[in-house]
Amino acid sequence: MNLQIKPILSALRRHKAGTILIALQIALTLAIVCNALFIVHQRVDRVNRTTGMDESNVIAVLNRYVGKPDSFIPLTQTDVAALRNIPGVESAYSTNAYPLRQGGWSTGMQIDPNKTKDSVPSALYFVDEQALKTLGVKLIAGRNFNPSEVVTVGPQSTPAPPQVIITKAIADKLFPGVSALGKTIYYAKGKPSTVIGIVEKLTVPWVEWDHMDNVTLMPVRFDSGYQQFLIRTKPGQQDAVFKAIPGALFKVSRMRVLPEKYGLRTFETVRAKAYEADRGMAILMSIVCAVLLAITAAGIVGLSSFWVGQRRKQIGVRRALGARRSDILSYFMTENFLIALGGAVVGTALALGLSQWMLTHFEMPRVSVTYVGVGVVLLLALGQAAVFAPALRASKVSPVEATRSV
Amino acid sequence: MFAYYLQLGLRSLRKNPMLTALMVMAIGFGVAASMTTYSVYRATSRDPIPQKSHVLYNTQVDAFGPENIENGEPPPSLSYIDATAIYRAHKAARQSIIYPVNVSVIPDDPSRLPMREGAYANGADMFDMFDVPFIQGRGWTRDDDEKHASVVVISRELNDKVFNGGQSVGKQINLDGRLFQIVGVIDNWAPQPVFFDVPNTGGFDDGAAVFMPFTRAIDLQLPTNGNNNCVKEPEQGWDGYLHSECIWLSLWSEMSSQSEVDAYRNYLNGYAAEQQRAGRWNWAPNVKVRNVVDWLDVQKVVPKESSISLIVSLGFLAICLVNTVGLLLAKFMRRAPEIGVRRALGASRATIYAQFLIEAGSVGVAGGLLGLILTGLGTLGTKLVFPERIAHLATLDPTLIALTLLTAIGASVIAAFYPTWRAAQVQPAWQLKSN
Repeated sequence: MNLQIKPILSALRRHKAGTILIALQIALTLAIVCNALFIVHQRVDRVNRTTGMDESNVIAVLNRYVGKPDSFIPLTQTDVAALRNIPGVESAYSTNAYPLRQGGWSTGMQIDPNKTKDSVPSALYFVDEQALKTLGVKLIAGRNFNPSEVVTVGPQSTPAPPQVIITKAIADKLFPGVSALGKTIYYAKGKPSTVIGIVEKLTVPWVEWDHMDNVTLMPVRFDSGYQQFLIRTKPGQQDAVFKAIPGALFKVSRMRVLPEKYGLRTFETVRAKAYEADRGMAILMSIVCAVLLAITAAGIVGLSSFWVGQRRKQIGVRRALGARRSDILSYFMTENFLIALGGAVVGTALALGLSQWMLTHFEMPRVSVTYVGVGVVLLLALGQAAVFAPALRASKVSPVEATRSV
Repeated sequence: MFAYYLQLGLRSLRKNPMLTALMVMAIGFGVAASMTTYSVYRATSRDPIPQKSHVLYNTQVDAFGPENIENGEPPPSLSYIDATAIYRAHKAARQSIIYPVNVSVIPDDPSRLPMREGAYANGADMFDMFDVPFIQGRGWTRDDDEKHASVVVISRELNDKVFNGGQSVGKQINLDGRLFQIVGVIDNWAPQPVFFDVPNTGGFDDGAAVFMPFTRAIDLQLPTNGNNNCVKEPEQGWDGYLHSECIWLSLWSEMSSQSEVDAYRNYLNGYAAEQQRAGRWNWAPNVKVRNVVDWLDVQKVVPKESSISLIVSLGFLAICLVNTVGLLLAKFMRRAPEIGVRRALGASRATIYAQFLIEAGSVGVAGGLLGLILTGLGTLGTKLVFPERIAHLATLDPTLIALTLLTAIGASVIAAFYPTWRAAQVQPAWQLKSN
């Protein structure tokens, strides 16, 4: 097929402004759309990350005791017992933090008791023997805690119980190639903790951290007026249990606060809250991309239609001289393709430049080449689709036009 | 003449409703996207206390050492040792140590449930330093600070909840089982960004309901409700904690002249050097004294999402403008014969300019109105995109309305310049001949 590139180029030279405008629009659209889609991709990836938990049928309670008794432990124990007695509750425990809570503890741990360097960070979850069941995590080696192993830790002290359960991520990091079971880890100086179990996966309380899967479960009752309860309900019982929780707790004692906003949450709510900003960004960038592509397409239709209208006479002459309809159609399609290609080249440079700029200013990862490639193909296709209707109209210009008003 | 050109413009716009609608939509969407994201950006980047932001200074002293900090930036908070030592030296006219605590208000009526409220422990000077508005009574005195007095200032909202909005100065309030005397009630006060507690709030938070003397909070062993970072494990107990290298306090100072600031900085350097000499620190003094604006800037209070979406939206607006230039060019050039006739009949280039710019301006007005509606919807919809504590700051106020309309009209007139110039270049003879 004869692509008529030469005559197209010389025709374009006579329509510099229009050509440049379409190319510029495609270039800018490409730059924005690549980066925006890349942001969407990253955010969606984050939102879709798993926690290692079985997240359905889990309720999280934030409880703050009022007043200052000598110890909060008896209160906490009574509360946990009351929660476990609610009909429909499978298991429950009190803790300092859980995945996606967006607030918790972390500490450095090491295997050499004397070295203070080379410590590996880990998030700490204070749990008891019902935690594994409540979280729904998978124990891949070793055993669960016994109720007798749970120790009390006071407010201003560093927890380092004799037994711990760690995630596979920590086991692989601290003891590469060998089993971590029975090994010793130091969370505080001079206080060894033995690994008695390994869970497949469990993430830290934060959505943004350098070590997402470094979690240590410690059999600890933490003496604090600020307690989180995690509750697993039997399937289908979540709503009923959710409604029963405040009553059960206030029956034990009224001297407590379950805050309005975060007091009682299903785990779906916890997850939605944790990824609020990511989800929002993904939605915003998707809308921007969709509207931008629509506007660019509409712009191409508008300008192409104008060109076709302007060149009706020339089209008529070509048709009269023997050009087929398909020749006219392919002329306009090729013309658009060439302009879009030019725009895409400039746009690729702009997209990479914008990405580099965002990298230095906002510590964003660099846009992947795949995205630029996909963007180029997308815009070339969009251009072809947009120009099709005006091109088809051009191909329908009758040869008679050539004879008019000359 | 203006009215006539406007009439001509509107008639021409009506002739190609599709093309006109396209231009109006491009401008409307572009302006709305950039104005909506701008409203969020403006809210997050604003000066929370413009009348005093240049005289209020935060204090940073590196108690962690170069190995434990990034890019030489001292930690954002102070340890109890440093904060109290610097405060006691009294090198600034007014000073206050501040940290967030959590209290539960226990109502006298036993049938009502306790309420958990956000609170700050601070010095007496803070109320005057930050221009906190009082509706009843006033802040406590420095003397109360010295005496570790059980006094509190509460918010209007808490006063409404506990005292039904009545006169409550002099009355007592039960906080976690201890009685405090109310000395003042403030109007709802929550500067955004919360410049005085950036390390714990990230900059955006609902206001606090209770303020109590720092000295009293320390007596009561109230732990911080914010971040606590320790470079070394603290000794056991509250006293061990107070004498540890854990950082959890902010120290704010009011200084009205540069010489005062310089003297204060010199003092801090001297203090840090002394710690080095005493063997507590083995690194050179590293102190920072920053005013509100610099502090918010260094702490990167404007969320990344807010800046990125603003940039993307501005790019969006640019594309919409290029689009409009193209469409206007197409529209104007199609009327080359008409321009030819007008020019031949004696119209000057200036009149052609006027006519077409007015036509473009009317597209801008229509785009601006559409943009205004969309911006209104956009600011309502910011909740979908930004966390609620930030989203609720974005509002469609008169400034934003004016800015939206001006941007739309300005943008469409700028977009019209090139097409209008081309229209004015039309050669009358050539046009007349080919018709």
